[in-house]
Parts: sequence; C-alpha cells; structure tokens
Amino acid sequence: MADAANVAGTIVKNKPKIKAQKGLRYFVRKSIEQKELLLMSMPFLIWLFIFKYLPLSGWLMAFQDYKPARGFQESEFVGFDQFKFLFQDDRFLQVMRNTLAMSMINLVLGFVTAITLAILLNELRNVGFKRIVQTISYMPHFLSWVVVAGLVSSALSVDDGIINILLMNLGIIDEPIMFLGVGQYFWGLLGASEVWKSVGWNSIIYLAAITMIDQEQYEAAEIDGATRLQRIFYITLPGIKPVVVILMIMNIGYILESGFEAQYLLMNPMNMDYAENLDIFVLRYGLRQANFSLATAAGMFKTVISFIFLFAANKVAHKLGEARLF
Amino acid sequence: MQLINRLKGKRRSVDDLIFDTINVIFMILLVIVMLYPLLNTVAISLNASTDTVKGGIRLIPRVFTWYNYEHVFTEATIMRSAVTSVLRTVIGTGLGVMASAMVAYTISRPHFFLKKFVTIAFVLTMYMNAGLIPTYLLHRDLNLIGSFWVYILPTLIGVFNIIVIRSFIEGLPETLFESARMDGAGEFTQFFKIALPLSLPVIATVSLFVAVGQWNQWFDVFIYNSSIPELSTLQYELMKVLSNSNAAFGSGAGAASQFANAQGGVVDVVTPQSVRAAMTVVVSVPIIMVYPFLQKYFVKGLTIGGVKG
Repeated sequence: MADAANVAGTIVKNKPKIKAQKGLRYFVRKSIEQKELLLMSMPFLIWLFIFKYLPLSGWLMAFQDYKPARGFQESEFVGFDQFKFLFQDDRFLQVMRNTLAMSMINLVLGFVTAITLAILLNELRNVGFKRIVQTISYMPHFLSWVVVAGLVSSALSVDDGIINILLMNLGIIDEPIMFLGVGQYFWGLLGASEVWKSVGWNSIIYLAAITMIDQEQYEAAEIDGATRLQRIFYITLPGIKPVVVILMIMNIGYILESGFEAQYLLMNPMNMDYAENLDIFVLRYGLRQANFSLATAAGMFKTVISFIFLFAANKVAHKLGEARLF
Repeated sequence: MQLINRLKGKRRSVDDLIFDTINVIFMILLVIVMLYPLLNTVAISLNASTDTVKGGIRLIPRVFTWYNYEHVFTEATIMRSAVTSVLRTVIGTGLGVMASAMVAYTISRPHFFLKKFVTIAFVLTMYMNAGLIPTYLLHRDLNLIGSFWVYILPTLIGVFNIIVIRSFIEGLPETLFESARMDGAGEFTQFFKIALPLSLPVIATVSLFVAVGQWNQWFDVFIYNSSIPELSTLQYELMKVLSNSNAAFGSGAGAASQFANAQGGVVDVVTPQSVRAAMTVVVSVPIIMVYPFLQKYFVKGLTIGGVKG
C-alpha cells in the first residue's frame, strides 16, 4: 500500500461497474470452462440469496396488517398505514430521538477519540511502551457487550462503584449518584462505554494511515522550526484526511444503527425513556407483542434511511472534492 | 546567530519534553482505565462473596478463596453452556472461515467471469439488512429455531472477512498459480495447495474475528433458543446473571445470596456479584490469552479490509 491518498484512490477505482450483457452463449461457454470456480462459489451464492436476500421479501409485511395465522397471501394490505401510525406514535418519535442522539454522540466521540489516540500513540518515542499501550487498548474490543455492561454497571454502582468513590474523594459530589437510574445521563454513559470498548481498536486504521505519510514532510517541517503541535495539525491531520472521510461516509450509512446490545443490557425502567432505540423498539413490538407489521415497518424505515444517508454523504464528499466510497 | 539557534533548539527540546511527559502520563492513565475494571473483577472473583458485600475490594482479594470458581465449574447449567459455547465457536469458525476463504478465492481470480457479480452481491448485503422480524420468520420457516444450526448458518460468511482474504490472495504472486495450472492443477487444487497455505496469516486473523464473534454472541440464543437449556451459551448465562443482579440496579452487591450452598458456612456462599465476576473472568480469559499473539496479523488485516471495504 502506498499512502493514504492512494488507498482512497483504490476504493474509487474499485467502483462496481456492471458489464453489458454478453448473451447466454457466452454465459454457458464460460460456465463450462470455469465449472470449478462456479462450483466453489455457487453454494455460497445460494446461501447468500436465502439468508440475505430472501428475507427482504418480508418487507411486504410493512404494507400489510400481517397475521401470522394467515401468512403473506391472506393478510390484508393496508398501504402506508403502519408508517402513518409510527409517525404519529409518541413513543416512536421518542425512540427516533434517542437513536439519532446516541448514534451522533457515538459517531463524533468515536472519531475524535480514535484519531486523538492514534496521533498520540504515533508521537510516543519508546517503541516497547507504545506496543504495550496498543495491546492493552485493543483488549476491551474482544470482550463481549455482556461482560462490558457488567463492568460498566459495577463501575457506576451506588455502593462501592469506583466512579462514585473517585468523585466523592475528589470532592466533586457529596453523595453517590445512581448513574444508571437517571435517564439524562444515559447517552453520555453509553458514549463513554463505547469509547472505552473500541477506541483502541478504531485507532488501528488511523495509525496505519499515519505511518503512510511521507516522513520527509516531517523532517522538512522540523528544519523550518515547526513545533510538535504544528506538525500534528499541518502534516498528520491533513495526511489522514482521506481515510477519515471514507470512514465517515461508511459510518453515516449506519446513522440509525446506534447499536443494540449496549442499550439493551444497560437499560432499566428508570432510564428507558432515553435508552430505548429503534432496535429495541422493533424487538419489543415485533417479538414480545407479535406486531410483526409495525416492527417490520420500523426496521425497513431504518434500512431505507441508512441508504439515503450513505448516498447523500458520498455525494457531499464528492462535491467537496474529497475521496468517496463509490 | 549561533546563540539564537542554540536557544531555539533548547526551547524546542523543552517543549518536546513537556509534550512527551504529558503524553506518557496520558497513556499510563489510559492503561489504568482500560485494565482496572477487569483487574477489579478478578479480585472480586477471588474474594469470599460474604466479604465482597462489605465493599472496598479494589485490586487485591481480602479473603482469598477459589470457591466462586468452584461454584461456577460445578454448576451443571454453566458447564453445559460452556460445551455449547465451545462447539459453536469451533464449528462456526471452521466452517465460516473455510466458506469465506473459498468465496474470496473465486473473486480473487482475475479470469473468473462472475467475479464482479459475486462481489457486488456480497458487498450489497453490508448495507441491506432485512431487519429482525423478516429474518426471524425466515429462520422459523427454515426450522432453525430451537436448533444448534441457527448459531452457525445465518452468520456463516462475513462480507468483511471475504474482502480481507481476497485482498491478501490478490497480493500473492500470480506466477505461482500459473505454474500450477501448467502442471494441470485445477481450481480446487490451486485453492487448497497454494492459496490456503500461503494465506495462513490472514486466515488466522479472520479466524480470530469469527471465533470472537461466535464466543461473544448471546443475542441469537436469547431470540431463538432461550427456552432450550441444552443450547444455552456461557455469554447468555452471564447475561441472565447480569440482568438478575441488575434487578436491583446500581447496587452491584445485590446482597441476596441466591445460590446459598447446602453446606452453609461463611465462605461457601456465593452472591450473584461473585458469580458474575467469576463468570466474567472465565468467558474473557480465553480471548485475552489469544489476541496479543495475533496482533501483528489483525492490525494488517484490518488495515486492508477496513480501507478497501
């Protein structure tokens, strides 16, 4: 791999182009010629169709009043009624607010902390120390959310939780706070937990991008008398910009994917008004209340919005003359 | 002039020194923040639960005991779920990595006439998710609910893993494959005898990703198999303990000793908090022992896949 900008270039180059139809004869001839490659990929194409494309037909339910006993064919079509219901439902609007807030917080916090960590790691002079810090910072990524949620709730616990103890010893608070019992704290706590779990892991890609920056630029800057901070702001940050833009586009496509596990595991009746997001809403309506149509409509809404955001972000990046995904 | 330069140089090195010092202090704090919660859990897991309830356990157990672990390892449900966890990790990783590698190989062949079609078909699914309910209904129709295979089949192939392996195979010298073809080797031979053995570093990386994903999964157990104890997994059991002790959220101590041992005694009692700590250590240690050794590889794999994906 050359440098970060080139890497970004390959992505645009890899842009999928569907070739013109070449006719059935060509297809048959090639299939016979390359029967082994066909044999190797066919089972997995079938797998892909069954497990990833076939369920899309379930979106039909979003336009029906689906009754499990009747099935797709017998269920009554209701047009956009499910969507209308959703947008008039106070709970859904609240859930949308939570989803957007949490994914925005996670997006911004995630980017800022991972880039900062990568830059600071890059500035460490002692290679051994750097490696130890890196290894330890990757560790939480490998822990399950079940484990992390357990660690978070014990750290925040009212009796003997380390956060409360630290805050009390520092004289910031007089009484322990029941962090997970106050809805308003939830978004921040979730953002902090996400950062704890993935900041090290997310820094890997930026660190790789930094090492691809031309070292001569740093040497030249040093001769010109640039300070460390100046070098960071005028060489390192612009150097990793293409990678940041691409990851930003990819992540904006996941704008309504605020995660599920963390919220579900840290949620309780007291913080639910802030913790419940789209995925939990879908789970609650779909599987618990068996309102398949409404849950499907909510889930479908999520995917459609994701696509719109993905294309919009890609377009904007293109307009601004930045690297783009496709 | 010289003097000015010397002074400038000195000032810069002072600036540098301040920067480095702050940076190192920051990194040490980071390491503490990353490690403390887990070390604290280890200490609690090795401390007598009746004593833990009193609070104040930080990094060193006060009343040392193995009892929490003994309890975890003698509990039938936990041992049974450990077996399922191991099985799904081993089978899921083996089949999943093999499948991903095979697809990756086919789309790494420049001459494969379906290369583009297969690539696009897979990549599209990264952003196209049917959602929980349609997926649930599909699995129900396929009779996967209540079956072990619901852990393996739906997540068999990860698109990201395909991209990582494909990039690696594309980087192998094409002459190797050419000379094999000269000798009459078919695609299967080229895959098993050349591509696979030479891709071991990336296969190791992807195996780690898949294995961690399988090992840490609890949601599919919760959705599909929560009523079948034989198919429960360690993470799901831990999740149940967690939500039990969260019932009195905030109070991690959850003083109720749910699992009071028949022998009684002061030490031979476990609280949900202690069980949770011991189980947390049990489910986390295998991964924590393995990942540092694969670090070199996964950093490389992630860079290729993340940027191209």
